[in-house]
Formats: sequence, structure tokens, C-alpha cells
Amino acid sequence: MKRVTEKDLVKFVVQEARLLDEKRFDEWYDLFADDGFYWVPAVYGQKDAHLENSLAYEDKFLLKLRVERLKTPNAFSQQPASRCHHLLQTPAVENLREMKLRTAFIYTETRGDESQRYAATAWHTLVQKKGALRIKLKRVDLLNCDAMLPSIQLFP
Amino acid sequence: MGRYREDPLAIARLVEDDRVHRDVYTDPEVFALEMERLWSRSWIYVGHASQVPQAGDFITLDIAAKPVLMVRQADGGIRLMMNRCAHKGTKVVNAPSGNAGKTFRCPYHAWTYRLDGSLAMIPLKEGYAGTRLNETGLSEIKNLSIYRGFVFVRLSEKGMGFKEFFGDSLSSIDNLADRSPQGELELTGGCLRYLHNCNWKMFVENLNDTMHPMIAHASSAGTAKRLWEGQPADKPKPMAVEQFVPFVNGYPFFDEMGVKVYPHGHGFSGVHFSIHSAYSPIKEYEAAMRKAYGEQRAKQILGTVRHNTVYFPSLTIKGAIQSIRVARPLAADRTLIESWTFRLKGAPDSLLARTVMYNRLINSPMSVVGHDDLHCYRSIQEGLAASGNEWVNLQRNFSEKELSSPEFVGNGTSDVSMRNQFRAWRELMSAE
Repeated sequence: MKRVTEKDLVKFVVQEARLLDEKRFDEWYDLFADDGFYWVPAVYGQKDAHLENSLAYEDKFLLKLRVERLKTPNAFSQQPASRCHHLLQTPAVENLREMKLRTAFIYTETRGDESQRYAATAWHTLVQKKGALRIKLKRVDLLNCDAMLPSIQLFP
Repeated sequence: MGRYREDPLAIARLVEDDRVHRDVYTDPEVFALEMERLWSRSWIYVGHASQVPQAGDFITLDIAAKPVLMVRQADGGIRLMMNRCAHKGTKVVNAPSGNAGKTFRCPYHAWTYRLDGSLAMIPLKEGYAGTRLNETGLSEIKNLSIYRGFVFVRLSEKGMGFKEFFGDSLSSIDNLADRSPQGELELTGGCLRYLHNCNWKMFVENLNDTMHPMIAHASSAGTAKRLWEGQPADKPKPMAVEQFVPFVNGYPFFDEMGVKVYPHGHGFSGVHFSIHSAYSPIKEYEAAMRKAYGEQRAKQILGTVRHNTVYFPSLTIKGAIQSIRVARPLAADRTLIESWTFRLKGAPDSLLARTVMYNRLINSPMSVVGHDDLHCYRSIQEGLAASGNEWVNLQRNFSEKELSSPEFVGNGTSDVSMRNQFRAWRELMSAE
């Protein structure tokens, strides 16, 4: 195991957002550990992903499904295709040993003439797999997660 | 003033036996009349009794564009009233849910009401001495019916009784509640609130439209199927795969599923089986069901696997997966769809986990299934502005027989459930 510095962790989180913004979804998918999850709660301060409703709680199979769907010609809701942008505050390392980070960000998703914007906080828990950093859990708390929301098609 | 308000025949002309005029989806005046007539004369789903277990517990919401308050009383009953202060019209309660204690106090001038809505206190009341102050309190909505915990309201004073309105379609609510070994449900896990920029009827109709899944959901369920193909046969199928893949079953599957309609717009598809029929058994649960009901009855309850039941116009339920979706119309082209999940009392948590997973995979604003559905509804909303054809086609498997049959069973890909909804629409939209 390599010794991981704060700088490594911050760089990882910044790069992860960049892959989404550049629609490099296959590379983004590869950043998740095999048992990794991407979680967007629907309940403010949500504790439980299994017994409470989430906007998304996806293992690698479901993430793969999302990424592969975006490539299919019959993903009709992607005509025109959505774009996204993560404007990050500098990620803060909450716990270096457990590789936990908190990142405040503004998420923008556009599609054709429509645009949505959300204030959000990302909580990353990373792990080392074969010497590389991987995502064990990325939890994204939208400030208005329990509001009436339109389709959010990419990845806040 | 308006062409539909002033001319009762104009409303009736929008619905023919096998097609409807586009104005039912797009016209703001028709929408306003829907709220005043159809949504006030029908029995509308308010909420579930388990949302207000203790005295003083309340929820607030809008029904037919009117602010409504549902409150658990000290005597255990449930009352509904208009959420409007008798003084200046302030909404007395502004939280979506909570506990009021013993009274509600208006935030503006502190007019205070008991849980039953009666006026308890006005500051400096002597100032009203000699005036015609009317102490009736909050306006009660009297036509309330609670069925297996499902609270329904009819805002109009006059209209059909609850049992007459829903008839035997209530068997789907029974099946949902009977799936609890204790016969009781608890609404839990929060709510997914998905804004649909389309007319409410597009959503409600779609629930028994079985000609769209294999097309609209090819990109999501079809991809799930493709990703799972080639896995060893003995590898346990993930729950997500079990839930997604049946959406892309072929036309024969959906046709043989069957559809049944009842008077006043209600109905369900999945008469014989449904996309929920092949889920892996949960042994601990099935044992609890056999213990509670006996072998025969448990088999009957669990073997009733309906697809979607529509309690026209507001409530749609999936008994087999313990979830409900509620249409809350906001404008002709705006609808809130609420998706809720139930705990089956006495059942293991894995049942709740299953419905919660289904809800987020299918009904969430981030659902890849929901994205393609809503894309199609929105596309209709925009497409209907076209000239050259003002009618929406509902002709698939139309037969004269269905016009004279109070209950009717058709093949699963028939449009009969939509035609049946619009017949009820026409009846409940008449001027008187």
C-alpha cells in the first residue's frame, strides 16, 4: 500500500468531477471499487439507503447500466443530450486515514434550452485497490433533495 | 367566461368512444374545470392513516387546487378541513407534516383552533362584540372515507358514495393490505417527488399502456437485460435485474397479461400475471403469510400479482410491490407525481428494501425508466400543438361491447383502460 497524502485525495476528487463534465463516463465508472456505491439521498439527512427512498443508490451494475444506456441510440430522453458541470469548492479531507472528503459544489445540468442548478455536498469515501485510489462511496446531498424535482439525467 | 364553461356540449364533444380531442390535455380552461368538477366530484386520495398515528399528527397538501389539512383527532378519528384561517385566509398550518399538540395557531393574528377545527381562541375577542363574527372555525370537509388506511375525500357536497364510485376495484387495495401478515400497512421511507412537465392524464393513462415498455424502455431495461446475458445460470440474479428486465418482455407477454376495467374510470392490467410475477421468493415472508392466513389463502393473496391499478383520477397502486404513485395536478402542463412505499406490518425488512429499490429504479427523478417515460409525455404535450390532426387515438381493440358492460376484461394491449377513463371523465365533467 502506498502512503496517500491529502494532496492525492484532493486531486482524485477534482479529477473525478472533471471526467463527468467531459462526459468520460467509462473512465468515471472505472474509478469505483467493485463494491463501490453512488448515492443521492431523497430524504434530508437520510441515514439508510435500503429502507428509505433515494433519488439514486447504485452499485457498479446499475452504474454500468446508466453509462451504457447513454451510448444507445434509443435513449430517447437524451435527444438532445444532457451536459453537466461541477463547480467545486476545494475538497476538504475530513479524515486522512479513512480517506474521507467533503466537497461543496454547484451542479449544473443542461439539456437543449433547459438548465437546472443545484447546491450540493459530496462525501467521498475512498479505498486503495492495487495501489490506486477507488471510490467506496460517493454520497451527494442535494440541498433540496426532498423538493419536487424534474428529471436529473446525469450525475450530480 | 369561456367556451367550455358556457357550453356543456363542448366538453362532452371532446370525448368520443375511441378518441379524445387534444384540448383535454392542453387547454387551461379545461384544466380549471377539471379541478372544479372531476377532481371535486371524484374520491381523491389524500394520504394514508399511518402518516398520522398520534393525536395532533397532521399532513397538509393541495387537493383540486385547494389547501387541505388532515388531522388525527384526540378520539382516534381522522378529520379533513380546509387549511384556511377563518379570519384573513392565512394557511393555518404551513409544514407538510408534523404534530400540532392540542391546537393549531394561525401565525398571523393567533386565531387558535382545536384539532377538530373549531375556534378555541381569538386575542382581544371583546373587539368583536356586537359584530356578526361567525365562530365556525376551519371549514370541515365532510365527505371522507378511509379504506384499509387509505384516506379519500370528495370535496363536492353532492356526488357518488365511496363504495359506489370504486366498486370491486377496491380488491386491489385489499390485496395490497392483505400482503401484510397482520393485514396492515405503514407508509414509510419518505416520498419521491417527480415534477412532470405534462398533463396528469398522460401519466395516469400510461400505467396501463402496455404497448410502450418494450420501446420506450429498451434503452434502460434492454441494457439491463444485455448486461446480464451470459452470466452463469446458477449465479443469483440481482434484484435490480429481476425488476428491470420484464419491462422489455415481448408483445405477447403484455397482451396475455390482460386488462380489467370497472365503472367510473378504474381498472388494472395484469389480470393473469404481470411483470412482478417472477420475483425470487422470500422464504421467511412466505412462512409468515402461511402462518397468518393458512396455506390456501396465503397462496391466493401472493398469487394475485396485478400490474398497475388506477383509482381514477388520483391514485395508482402496485400491490405486488407495495408502492403507490399519486397524481397531483398543478396546471394543464404540470403535474407532481408522488411515489410512496409501504412496510407490510409483520413482514421482514427485505420486503421494504425491495419496494424501496423498485421505487428508486422506476419512479425517481433520477430513474432511467422515468426519464424516457417523461420524455414521451412531454413530447406529446408539445406535439399536440400541431395542426392537421386535433385528435388522440385510443382505438386499439375497441369493441362496442365494452360500452354496455359495467366491468370488462380485455387483452392486455387494448386501449380499453384509457377509453374507460375518458368515459368517466366525460360523465364527471358535465355541467351538473
